[in-house]
Amino acid sequence: MQSVNKRKKRRRFTKEDGKAYLMLLPYIILFSTFILVPVIIAMGLSFTYFDVINKPSFTGLLNYITLFTQDEVFLKYVLPNTFLYALIVGPGGYVISFLLAWMLAQIQPLPRTILALCIYTPSMLGGVFIGVIWKTIFSGDQSGWFNSILLRLGLIDTPIQFLLTSDYFMLIMIIVSLWSAMGIGFLSMISGILNIDQELYEAAYVDGIRNRFQEIVYITVPSMKPQMFFGAVMAIVNAFNMGWIGVTLSGANPTPNYSGQLITNHIDDYGFLRYEMGYAAAISVVLLLVVYGFNMVAGRLFGDND
Amino acid sequence: MKKRRQRRGDFQGSRINPRHFSRGQIKFYAILIPLAVFMILPVVMLINRAFMPLGELFAFPPHIVAHNPTMSNFKNLFALSSTTGVPMLRYLLNSVLVTVMTVALNLIITILGAYTFAKKNFKGKAALFEINQLALMFVPTAVAISRYLVITRLQLTDTWLVHVLPLAAMPVGLFLVKQFTDQIPDALIEAAVMDGARELTIVRKIIVPLIRPALATSIVLTFQQVWMATEASNNYVSNDTMRTLAYYLNSLSTNNAIAAAGMTAAASVLLFLPNLIIFICMQSQVMNTMSHSGIK
Repeated sequence: MQSVNKRKKRRRFTKEDGKAYLMLLPYIILFSTFILVPVIIAMGLSFTYFDVINKPSFTGLLNYITLFTQDEVFLKYVLPNTFLYALIVGPGGYVISFLLAWMLAQIQPLPRTILALCIYTPSMLGGVFIGVIWKTIFSGDQSGWFNSILLRLGLIDTPIQFLLTSDYFMLIMIIVSLWSAMGIGFLSMISGILNIDQELYEAAYVDGIRNRFQEIVYITVPSMKPQMFFGAVMAIVNAFNMGWIGVTLSGANPTPNYSGQLITNHIDDYGFLRYEMGYAAAISVVLLLVVYGFNMVAGRLFGDND
Repeated sequence: MKKRRQRRGDFQGSRINPRHFSRGQIKFYAILIPLAVFMILPVVMLINRAFMPLGELFAFPPHIVAHNPTMSNFKNLFALSSTTGVPMLRYLLNSVLVTVMTVALNLIITILGAYTFAKKNFKGKAALFEINQLALMFVPTAVAISRYLVITRLQLTDTWLVHVLPLAAMPVGLFLVKQFTDQIPDALIEAAVMDGARELTIVRKIIVPLIRPALATSIVLTFQQVWMATEASNNYVSNDTMRTLAYYLNSLSTNNAIAAAGMTAAASVLLFLPNLIIFICMQSQVMNTMSHSGIK
């Protein structure tokens, strides 16, 4: 069987192949133009000095060397911030969304739909709305909701400048991100859990599984690997795509004392504020590699090939 | 072990998707309800702010529910936009147009792509899907600069296409729909081929009805991205008459922070409402079709 497959793969390009490519053509064209080619250009630019006005000049590995040896902001703030943030919001958000999906599957359909809707709502708000809400809650004067609660409880005397100082900034960013992180991966996990055959659980109990924890480990998760993988992918992308959150909350790039500076903000800083496109491209490539690394781990855990 | 099961009597494991309430569910409700309240509360508060008169917006202690609800924020919002030359309805129309076009185009592309990847054997399939797999991880902000270079080189700036095309191919949607298409038995398609059905007929008559839940999810995903997108309006379009509602409301919230607090809240609600409606419509589809679709 294996060898037949291999022989098939080595055959010439046939009419059937042509038909398949014809159906894929619209996707391939758009995908290449707006995703693949920009990635390749970014890789190319990362080896150059490019200020948008003059032609890019080749500088070899200089951008990367500067990034990892000279760029104090990157090494001291951006890198640790990004890893701290991504690890909590990525895997943390992932585990939370699985547990929520799992609990939702254990209750009746109508309350499940309502509660799922409440939990999912923050994910469909979009950046503008999220900024407006949380800026109101953490506003630095007494009309900010959180300050007003603390004031009335007598815990503080003067309002805290939550969004203009570095003390609580990262914490707030993480809370806001987790709040809005129960995205489409969460929905897919609910469906995944609901689709598992009830008989599997009953059989497992006959075979000696004793509690709900074992149930999750031996039945639930292995039975919904595609959805688990999809959820993991979405969690990772979300963790690296939410860089704007710090800028939205503080209203400035860089964020206060670089306390919420993530790698995407660093790219924006160099790319669109300083117009050092080559350098910004090098940071982009590093980011893509980091994301790729996370992807590999998720693929190992939940991929099809095992 | 046997003893324990007997003592407990009936099957005691998880009851996925229970029809009736049982005492065992109380602990889940005890966690889920407070959490759901925490998630939804900020949204409720902001919606209430949209209906607060100016005096109430900055009251201390802050009001959570509007005591004297008013529509003045919405009226001001529409009045303001008509003084700036481009009426709000224009932005709204642009947004609707762009969103409908993108979602439709994306749907067609995704269905064809997912079917081909799931059910066809062709040269280079493994490599292509591997590339798409990588692209799932795509972080758009990372390549904003080179994307800009591509779009200007293609002279797409200041055209309607610049709103539509960059978001029409979505690796995540393709991946999701392909995963579900994989589960359709090949025998179904082979039977249709025997009967002489053509490719597009197979897609229309067999594939699409069976993958509806995944398609609904994909529509929700695309809709949210397009409806909220400000990138094209910000970077690629210089004429206000071609910009979208999301862009206009975004600029409102950044330009005048305090004076427009009420209007910003009203604008956010206007922007959010279609999102919520689409999701609620599709959600019942996703949930219902998912548990009864019978795809294994």
